Amino acid sequence: MNVTPELDARFRAAALREGIVDVRYDVVPSPVGELLIAATERGLARIHFGPGGQEEELARLFGSRVLRAPIDDVRRELDEYFEGKRRDFDLPIDLRVAAFNEEVLRELARIPYGVTTTYGALAAKVGRPRAARAIGTVMNRNPIPIVLPCHRVLGANGSLTGYAGGLDRKLQLLQLEGAILGW
Amino acid sequence: MMGTMSPTDRIPPFERFYVAHRDEVLAYLRRLLGARAEDAWQETFLRALRAYDRLGHGRHLRAWVFTIATNIAMDELRPGARADLAHASEPSVELRRDAFKELEHLTDELPPTERAAVVLRYGYDLPYAQIADALGSSEDAARAAASSGVRRLRRTHERHA
Repeated sequence: MNVTPELDARFRAAALREGIVDVRYDVVPSPVGELLIAATERGLARIHFGPGGQEEELARLFGSRVLRAPIDDVRRELDEYFEGKRRDFDLPIDLRVAAFNEEVLRELARIPYGVTTTYGALAAKVGRPRAARAIGTVMNRNPIPIVLPCHRVLGANGSLTGYAGGLDRKLQLLQLEGAILGW
Repeated sequence: MMGTMSPTDRIPPFERFYVAHRDEVLAYLRRLLGARAEDAWQETFLRALRAYDRLGHGRHLRAWVFTIATNIAMDELRPGARADLAHASEPSVELRRDAFKELEHLTDELPPTERAAVVLRYGYDLPYAQIADALGSSEDAARAAASSGVRRLRRTHERHA
């Protein structure tokens, strides 16, 4: 006797209504492959390239009450972004990182759509002009790529340099935003 | 050995626990409650989720969720059903698994506590200690309830045969 999709969805909705879920997550399709998205009561907390298998990590970070359920606002804004209809995300964010990382990621979030900068320039913005390498580490550990646009940060010579989701995805995102000229 | 936890002690993310047990808990509640099972099933997993972050370890999670389901089903069937458990006045009888398969369809005719004890013992293979937890009784009383249920099943079976 298996649980029907309707009954399953009813339970998940009731659990969310009651506010007894630490973190919910979903896997959504996108032009850069499947994305795992996760949100707490406070807001979007994680975007991960690739499908599931992240439940243990989510439980470690946010609590054991992990439940798969749709996150409608995040999915809608991502869809609009990938359709080229959205240039800025308007989503509450739950950023649980060290103070320095938070400062860097908040500065990162100010880089406009379709514009690129460099690790060095971002380092200067947060008052640590010699910390380009540390900035690279923060980018690599960005918990919410795409929405916090680390793909817009390049090497000093304009090279793609690195991306946690792979350089192909970084290039694809920049092309979507029309940021790549003369390639 | 402070700080060491075996993999079975670790509390899995709720999603894994839920996916592992949702179907068998629904089947169990259908056996106890018939058409009323779906509401009881949802309440079972909501109660589990409410308590999940207070669990101290991940052992016996299956027995734990059957306990919650049994509590809800008993309240639904007959308030106070857990109070009048049979006492072990007769020698306990056991049933082979294949014999249970033949009698399973007759469990609907058992009183709620006996039905829960028999289904948990023979349908889900739970040890009496865990059935006792589910019924809120002693292990002896759980064994007696299952025994009494088995006798009643056999009598019912003979009557139908």
